Amino acid sequence: MYSFEPNDEQQMLIDAVGKYAENDLRPAAHDAEESRELPKKLVSKGWELGFLQASTPEAYGGFGERSAVTGVLALEEMAYGDLAGALAVLTPSLFATPVLLGGSEEQKQHYLPKIVGGDWAPYTGALMEMSFDFDPNVLKTTAKAEGDKYILNGEKIFVPFAKDAEALLVYANLDGVTQGFIVEKGSAGLSISDEREKVMGLNALPMYRVKLENVSASRLGGASGHDFELILSAMRVASAAAAVGVARSSFEYAKNYAKERDAFGVKIAQKQAIAFFLAEMATEMEAIRLLTWEAAWKLDNNKEDASTSAYLAQTGAADMAMMVTDRGVQIYGGHGYIRENPVELLMRNGRGFAAMLGLVIL
Amino acid sequence: MTIDFETPKPIAQMNTMLQTVAENMMRSTAREFDENEHAIPWDYIEFMHTAMRSMGGAGGLAPQEEKPKEGAEKRPPIGYQRLAAQIEMLAWGDVGYYLITPGGGLGAAAVQAAGTPEQKAKFLARFNEEKPTFAAMCMTEPGAGSDTSAIRARAILDEKTNEWIINGEKIFVTAGDKSFTEYEKLGKGFIVVWASIDPSAGRAGMRAFVVEAGTPGVKITKLEHKLGIRASDTAAISLVDARVPFDNLLGKPTVEKTTTGFKGAMATFDATRPLVAASGLGVARAALEFLKEKLKENGVEIRYGLPRQKLTSIEKDVIDMDVQLRSAWLMVLKAVWMADNKKSNALESSMSKVKAGDVTTKVTQKAVEILGPLGYSREFLLEKWFRDAKITDIYEGTGQINRLVVARQILGYTGAELR
Repeated sequence: MYSFEPNDEQQMLIDAVGKYAENDLRPAAHDAEESRELPKKLVSKGWELGFLQASTPEAYGGFGERSAVTGVLALEEMAYGDLAGALAVLTPSLFATPVLLGGSEEQKQHYLPKIVGGDWAPYTGALMEMSFDFDPNVLKTTAKAEGDKYILNGEKIFVPFAKDAEALLVYANLDGVTQGFIVEKGSAGLSISDEREKVMGLNALPMYRVKLENVSASRLGGASGHDFELILSAMRVASAAAAVGVARSSFEYAKNYAKERDAFGVKIAQKQAIAFFLAEMATEMEAIRLLTWEAAWKLDNNKEDASTSAYLAQTGAADMAMMVTDRGVQIYGGHGYIRENPVELLMRNGRGFAAMLGLVIL
Repeated sequence: MTIDFETPKPIAQMNTMLQTVAENMMRSTAREFDENEHAIPWDYIEFMHTAMRSMGGAGGLAPQEEKPKEGAEKRPPIGYQRLAAQIEMLAWGDVGYYLITPGGGLGAAAVQAAGTPEQKAKFLARFNEEKPTFAAMCMTEPGAGSDTSAIRARAILDEKTNEWIINGEKIFVTAGDKSFTEYEKLGKGFIVVWASIDPSAGRAGMRAFVVEAGTPGVKITKLEHKLGIRASDTAAISLVDARVPFDNLLGKPTVEKTTTGFKGAMATFDATRPLVAASGLGVARAALEFLKEKLKENGVEIRYGLPRQKLTSIEKDVIDMDVQLRSAWLMVLKAVWMADNKKSNALESSMSKVKAGDVTTKVTQKAVEILGPLGYSREFLLEKWFRDAKITDIYEGTGQINRLVVARQILGYTGAELR
């Protein structure tokens, strides 16, 4: 039976995250970007909303079940506040969620209670590599079995909070198949760049380059491994949901600006050129939002075509986010180009969805 | 309630059945009725009427109310959802045919939206009788399209006979011929004519009148020759001193300084816009499926899951078409789900039409482009779908008018604030 209405529990979460996004993340976004620093308090406040905790079963120290649908609802709200902030708050998920999805019982017992039981702590994931046609299914970082351990070699980029990470989930190519590997802090052969990564947006999120030279690691799921497709799809819907949030932020700023700004004796929103822009932005956002919901729902319900849906949602979301955030700047005109105003950052962040994957998972 | 994308069982079952109809009855003869414009596909009309009656009531554009079985748990209503799915599937078969599926169409929808309970009882019963029966909406005039305030048709009350006397010219009346002309094989239909009872009152003076088939003074003056949807008749109708009974005015006859009458028309469109969107998306799906089938025959596989940088141009196009078509369909579903659950859907309804208008046009255009000669040749239906598709972005409010409606809603502007 079709329904487009979040349940009561989800609505409460949306409201709580929405409030945090509006009152905490949004006002802090500009300064965080410029100073390349997210206030610690801001991140811990987001962590205390308990999203990951509520997605982890009681047996592993949490108090709920994972739902991708609930995830996309919450993440859209959080990313609406600020993308860098949202990714920082959810960084521990980059480690915890794959463990939950593909880890062995032992790995779950070992890591999950530690992560969800305490304060926000830097556990992270490393997927991306520096190549123009980066393909998560064809990684250059390699893994070779050696006894019951695996030896990793390669270089990973854009790894959030790697510097302080307690443990990293590193994805590598094992005989042609992508698998996740758990790398502990301080492992021999693991080196993390001193310099933070510099990218077009997301400057408030500390990301590092990670080198692996004969690093010994354990395989996610143990000897039999895990289904990477499931993890990849969870990353794709997350990326899509975050894109909708970023787009909505730009749309809201642009809409309000257009209703304030006078030109030729009327508000610019009263001009069809601007009004139609806004109508199309709203329409495209809603289209991709629903596509994302459906993909998440398919993941939750183990539908056969769930991974294709997740792929389509991610692809569509990257285009939509670019279109909407570009127009956000355009509606502000010259003022949109000035960093004092919020829409240029949203445009920089909006472009990232076509380039980046694995910075967030649900 | 919780977010759910599972197709309700009754809709899934209906789709399976309708797909058979679409394949066997519509696709097989679609070309013939495209090339013989104004010929009437009686087989289809009679078959659909019989089938719909046996399924418990000929529908048209009004959703069927589900009658709960004694003691059974009350299920959420899915009337509009069922209708949208039905229309999408019929349009997948052939949208020209779909438009002449017997039933009340927009005419009955207007009665539903603006009529009193007595009027609904009186005018809507006929669609479920023995012969297939049509009704149509007459809104557009040569000088008044989306700007309905420019409507010139006039209705004057003859107090002696208590009849309305209507004068005016109406154009672009879908199924106007089958609704008004008294064919042997059809039941008596009607047209709903929008006319002013007080031109000084502007839109507040606009009213809808039920004009029965065969009413003296009313004439079909022309059947249009069109780019596509040729199986569907599009009539021009003139009314010269046409007399209709007092009670055929839908809703209230008094002119208050409100725009109730106009809002009645708009309410009709809120309900039917996602349905028109659905009809377009059926055509788009037909085109996309045909494209994929031809590509596959020629050894071109779409490699879903690859990064964009590794995709061919054709793959990128097809993947984008998948995104557009599916997301547009979900917007339709949301709009009709809201209608079923009595939630105000003016925004979602118009957004779904904006999106579907774009998607239907672009998907069919792209499919023809990719398939080259196969797309352009009349050997296949794709070129026809390209022509059929274009109307989606035009009727029931052009894409531009619907953008205006969407923009007003999101900005909180009145028509005066955003013209």
